[in-house]
Amino acid sequence: MLNINNLHVQLEEEDKQILKGVNLTVEPGKVHAIMGPNGSGKSTLSYVLSGKGGYEVTEGSATLDGQDLLEQEAEERAAAGLFLAFQYPVEIPGVGNMTFLRTAVNAQRKARGEDELSAAEFLKEVRAQAKSLKIDAEMLKRPVNVGFSGGEKKRNEILQMAMLQPKMCILDETDSGLDVDAMKLVAEGVNALRSENRGFLVITHYQRLLDHIKPDVVHIMANGRIVKTGGPELALEVENNGYADILAEVE
Amino acid sequence: MVALDQTQVKDGVDQETVDAVREVGGEYKYGWETEIEMEYAPKGVSPDIVRLISEKNEEPEWMTEWRLQAYERWLQKEEPTWAMVNYPKIDFQDIYYYARPKSMDVKPKSLEEVDPKLLATYEKLGIPLREQMILAGVEGAEKAPAEGRKVAVDAVFDSVSIGTTFKDELKAAGVIFCSISEAIKDHPELVKKYLGTVVPVTDNYYATLNSAVFSDGSFVYVPPGVRCPMELSTYFRINAENTGQFERTLIIADKGSYVSYLEGCTAPARDTAQLHAAVVEIIVEEDAEVKYSTVQNWYPGDEDGKGGIYNFVTKRADCRGDRSKVMWTQVETGSAVTWKYPSCILRGEESQGEFYSIAIANNMQQADTGTKMVHLGKNTKSRIVSKGISAGKAQNTYRGLVSMHKKAKDARNYTQCDSLLIGDKCGAHTVPYIEVKNNSARVEHEATTSKVDEDQLFYCRSRGMDEEEAVALVVNGFCKDVLQALPMEFAMEAQQLVAISLEGSVG
Repeated sequence: MLNINNLHVQLEEEDKQILKGVNLTVEPGKVHAIMGPNGSGKSTLSYVLSGKGGYEVTEGSATLDGQDLLEQEAEERAAAGLFLAFQYPVEIPGVGNMTFLRTAVNAQRKARGEDELSAAEFLKEVRAQAKSLKIDAEMLKRPVNVGFSGGEKKRNEILQMAMLQPKMCILDETDSGLDVDAMKLVAEGVNALRSENRGFLVITHYQRLLDHIKPDVVHIMANGRIVKTGGPELALEVENNGYADILAEVE
Repeated sequence: MVALDQTQVKDGVDQETVDAVREVGGEYKYGWETEIEMEYAPKGVSPDIVRLISEKNEEPEWMTEWRLQAYERWLQKEEPTWAMVNYPKIDFQDIYYYARPKSMDVKPKSLEEVDPKLLATYEKLGIPLREQMILAGVEGAEKAPAEGRKVAVDAVFDSVSIGTTFKDELKAAGVIFCSISEAIKDHPELVKKYLGTVVPVTDNYYATLNSAVFSDGSFVYVPPGVRCPMELSTYFRINAENTGQFERTLIIADKGSYVSYLEGCTAPARDTAQLHAAVVEIIVEEDAEVKYSTVQNWYPGDEDGKGGIYNFVTKRADCRGDRSKVMWTQVETGSAVTWKYPSCILRGEESQGEFYSIAIANNMQQADTGTKMVHLGKNTKSRIVSKGISAGKAQNTYRGLVSMHKKAKDARNYTQCDSLLIGDKCGAHTVPYIEVKNNSARVEHEATTSKVDEDQLFYCRSRGMDEEEAVALVVNGFCKDVLQALPMEFAMEAQQLVAISLEGSVG
């Protein structure tokens, strides 16, 4: 589904190489985790895939179901089924969470040539999804992420994911800033969305999230490359021994 | 005390942004022109022209005298230069001061008699057909059944009012709503009592000029205890070339009455700039309330700053009675240069003034706008919420005065001024003046300047919205406090206007 081939990326503003040849394939129905020390390029990978500005791809490719992602605008990638759950969800003052969600859902439907959801249909859907994520009606009315707690912000990301029904979900450090209970709630939300047609790329610094979202494949990223790939046991190895051993091993 | 704060942000803009902003110039929707036979007074201003305008309006002698005195005072005044706006010197003798469609010479009695071009103009501007019939000055059209919400309209086309709708229904409620020229003829006692009492003839250069040469405008009188049964509105259209529009509006809300009034304005796209110098006076008596909303969409000029309307306007409300209340709401998206400070004189005890403003300046537009809250009475309250948005190479200034006089015991003001910048070639300026002459008064001022955040736009786009949708969403969020203050029917329109005015501009 998601194919990343020899991806090289540098910053637009300065001559600094961040990704130095990433190769990765995520199959439908699979959950891949990327772990790695700070500064290894994990978040950059998620930003480049979802179309954030400020990066320059110097080599390599990334496709979703055969479509070249890197040529598309961010919104085209979204309509094609790519979703990024942000590490730091952005606040948009004055814009109701519900308005934001509805605008997003309908923008994607329009881009795909589908009919827009009516207010009633949308409302029914969003209420059902919010309930399962324990998001109360008050939070839907508040401005997007403004004054949300860390847990609320991340649950809001998962709510957006649930409403947009993407094919390929990237979760960027979704566990950061969450206590155990909040993390469980978010993980449950993600697990509920697991299906045989949907791929996940879970970026995390710590193993603990992977106790709740069980990965099929674990990659270790360091210095702009994937240096080791293995099963769930690889995450435990990191947990027990830290990254130092693995990094020493590959160098 | 005078505080001054200026902010200009210059970072992180790419060519794409610059190009996108450039495209916005062509988005003005009302830039077309009605080709219609017009009747003009000779160019320039002189006592003869003042007399001629007065004569065209069939005014009584006292009015002519009033105008001539204003003209004499105007000759002694100098153009103000303190605003943060630049424009070529205006040649006041190279302007037509009076222009009216020839077909309005004799008031049309039926639809057939109205110049079809005039009818088409209103249709194109989006004024509903039935209102359009009345607008075009057809007598009797009021009797046709109205559908949906009622908004009475006074339509001013260049120098004359074409017609006012729902007059009879309003009259039944005791409300007088007509053009100011009619009011001078039919209600001289009211006009004499109130005209020039809020904005004195000598108030400022443009107001004085307006007092001499105003040709038309709207007049509203709401009698004691009456809640006006519908929204009132005036639609100003400048059509003729090289013509100034000098309109005069007078609104009187008598004791315990309520009225909500809206004005809209558009003009054709032309290479030469045109002058619009209006005066609006509002009198609010005891326990009365007036809501005045403006959606100003004059032609802003092209992307190089060619053409556009110079909008030099004096608007002021006098809260004379105790517990009287006035609320100004403005959405300013048009005009090449805007110079406008809708103000409140809070004379009555416990009177309240509110000012909500969205000012958008794109391309080469310049806006210097704000308000004055003059607290004279005890326990008076005022609230200012200003949202300035600058894009392109535009300059947007908030200029506001809050003045707490000696007797304004326990008066309170709250001011919030937020500026949003799109791109790195525009500027936002906040110039608050605060004068406090008694210790019990409380004044709060908050100001912020921010850029349309790349992260916000990316967040929206990563969810599937295109660039324009994302900008519109973020900017509308920024303006929300003010949009909420508009009458509901117009809030939607304003929201769209905000989006259109910024189409393609990304920071």
